[in-house]
Amino acid sequence: MILLWIVLIPLIGAVVLGALGQRRAGFSGNIAVSAATLVAACVMTVRVLNDGPFTAWHHELFVDPLSVFLVDLTAFVAFTTSVFSQTYMRAEVRLGHLKPTSLGLYHAMYQAFIFTMLLALTSNNIGVLWIAMEGATLSTALLVSLYRTQAGLEAAWKYFILCGVGLALALLGTIMVYFAAHSVLGAHQALLWTHLYSVRGRLEPPIMAIAFVFLIVGYGTKVGLVPLHAWLPDAHAEGPTPISAVLSGLLLNVALYAIVRFKVLASGGAVAAWPGRLMIGFGLVSVLVGAFSLGGQRDLKRLFAYSSIEHMGLATFAFGLGGPLATFAALLHITAHSLTKSAVFFTTGQVAQTAGTKDMDRITGIVDRNPALGWTLMASCLAIVGTPPFGIFASEFLILIAALHQAPWSVPLLILALGVAFAAIFRRTQAMVFGVADGPRISTPPSLLAPLAHLLLVLVLGLAIPPLLATWYTEAARLLGP
Amino acid sequence: MTSLAAPINLLAALFLLVAFAMLSQRRLANLISLYAWQGTILTFSIAMAAYADHSAHLYASALLTGVLKIVLVPILLRRLARRLDLQWDRESLVQIPTVMLIGLGLVIFAFNAALPIAGVGHIINHAIVGIALASILLSLLMMILRATALSQVIGFLALENSLIFVATSVTYGMPMVIEFGIALDVIVGVFILGVFFFHIREQFDSLDIARIERREE
Repeated sequence: MILLWIVLIPLIGAVVLGALGQRRAGFSGNIAVSAATLVAACVMTVRVLNDGPFTAWHHELFVDPLSVFLVDLTAFVAFTTSVFSQTYMRAEVRLGHLKPTSLGLYHAMYQAFIFTMLLALTSNNIGVLWIAMEGATLSTALLVSLYRTQAGLEAAWKYFILCGVGLALALLGTIMVYFAAHSVLGAHQALLWTHLYSVRGRLEPPIMAIAFVFLIVGYGTKVGLVPLHAWLPDAHAEGPTPISAVLSGLLLNVALYAIVRFKVLASGGAVAAWPGRLMIGFGLVSVLVGAFSLGGQRDLKRLFAYSSIEHMGLATFAFGLGGPLATFAALLHITAHSLTKSAVFFTTGQVAQTAGTKDMDRITGIVDRNPALGWTLMASCLAIVGTPPFGIFASEFLILIAALHQAPWSVPLLILALGVAFAAIFRRTQAMVFGVADGPRISTPPSLLAPLAHLLLVLVLGLAIPPLLATWYTEAARLLGP
Repeated sequence: MTSLAAPINLLAALFLLVAFAMLSQRRLANLISLYAWQGTILTFSIAMAAYADHSAHLYASALLTGVLKIVLVPILLRRLARRLDLQWDRESLVQIPTVMLIGLGLVIFAFNAALPIAGVGHIINHAIVGIALASILLSLLMMILRATALSQVIGFLALENSLIFVATSVTYGMPMVIEFGIALDVIVGVFILGVFFFHIREQFDSLDIARIERREE
């Protein structure tokens, strides 16, 4: 029952908030709905702790160690983003960037997007998973073009078409998995993940091979794997900042989650190693292209969009390696990246709003204009490039160790990419944070609480992974197999 | 079943023919008609599969497809084309014979790719899987070659038609819930795109993708 509530609350919220329109209650309503979702996620977590994984509603919804922390993460980031967006979006309206009439659409689509994310994570049905991912594209395409600028519309169009075609290929892959499972499980259960998992060794390998190729290309478009990433920097740069935060922090994770689930089926319980190799290839190329594209960026949000490509590539690489250590590291990495990257987008959004531009050459002396904002920017950037003691350091370290054991040839490439990324981001951040201030001092925006909360959690992740989370990661790694 | 093999093959061949016709059609209004024809063929083939399988769910699916793809979406597209005043615009395409040759190449490729799939299970006919894969590739080709936003979208919708055709011919359709979900996504997608077009036109005075993308650097 609780699983049903997790998806129903944001759905109902989307309808109600759409009806509220531009009234002032929209912002607090958005926070209230997100808080209710978070509470539902906590109740669900308690139940998982007591009873273990369970399915609900005729096996259509389920939760297991792999999805439980992703649901919590999604609900948490959705909540903090809604808190952040209250201050941020009000300021956008006040500054005249956004028409107040768009706010109803913004809130409704925000909740619709959270609904699709939670549905994708809790659904046991790979067909519903696909529908939810397509729904996520539809809801966020409207959000990316919220400002109605030329650049925004172009970004939204690109996003819509590229992800639409990508997902069409993923649908083809899903149809093929259904076809392969059809003869083993019968029409009614051939789409249920829990059932597919138990017969994964008996699915026809040639069909699963073709299916997985379509699925990795399809969902990989949404993860932003190179060379399918063309939409990602535009969509992140042109949409409103809270949307960049949830795109990077949630959507990419959920798409990768889908790929990982299918990888387990395609490798058929360790019979075939090639799905992992395919992911290693895609991941490594993404890490390298992402890292080397960072240096040429001038747009603040574009810079971190490329950093998302790099990090998702790293996670894909680690999932591809497989095995307990690499999978553990990959799960830690997507958790830490999601929290850190949304903190980065919160802070950079605030910085861009303060400076009145996203052009990094023209942003300077943030720490003089507001020390709290400046230091938060510095801290979140240090966290994202993987300096200790933040969580990303821990996960990148573990990934490197796993790579050293399983694919030593890739270690120099990874270290090179991480070094380049560090240099590119740190150079830019340092110039923005320090330097001569070109404007008056400003008061500390209350929305800074959101990134600070995230950074605190990432710090905890980096210093000592909570035992509960470690247990989930280990169990999930066991579930995903070698 | 055997008595149905001939009509199903015929429908599959017609489906491929329409895919080629769409590839070479310059006028938007005709393109929309072709899309409706493709929907008709799809509906008939689902109905035929329903008859062969005696399945109520496939009949429902055929009805849904018919309402959506023969009536609703073409009406929406026509209205959009009329309101944007582009229905009789002639689109400049790459040389049509070249396009046809590329298309032929894709069909041959698709038939080869379909071999391993067709080797397994209870497939009506190996050729049908090949045709379905070929129409997917042809729809993708159409999206690449088209210059205006609306015809790209029709290419996208044709791609979705081909996917449903694959599902029908390979597995007798997906479960009902999934088909409803896909249909819902399509219809919402068309609505959102409609909204998009007006915004794009407002901002760019054109729906020509090349002009939109030139802004980039």
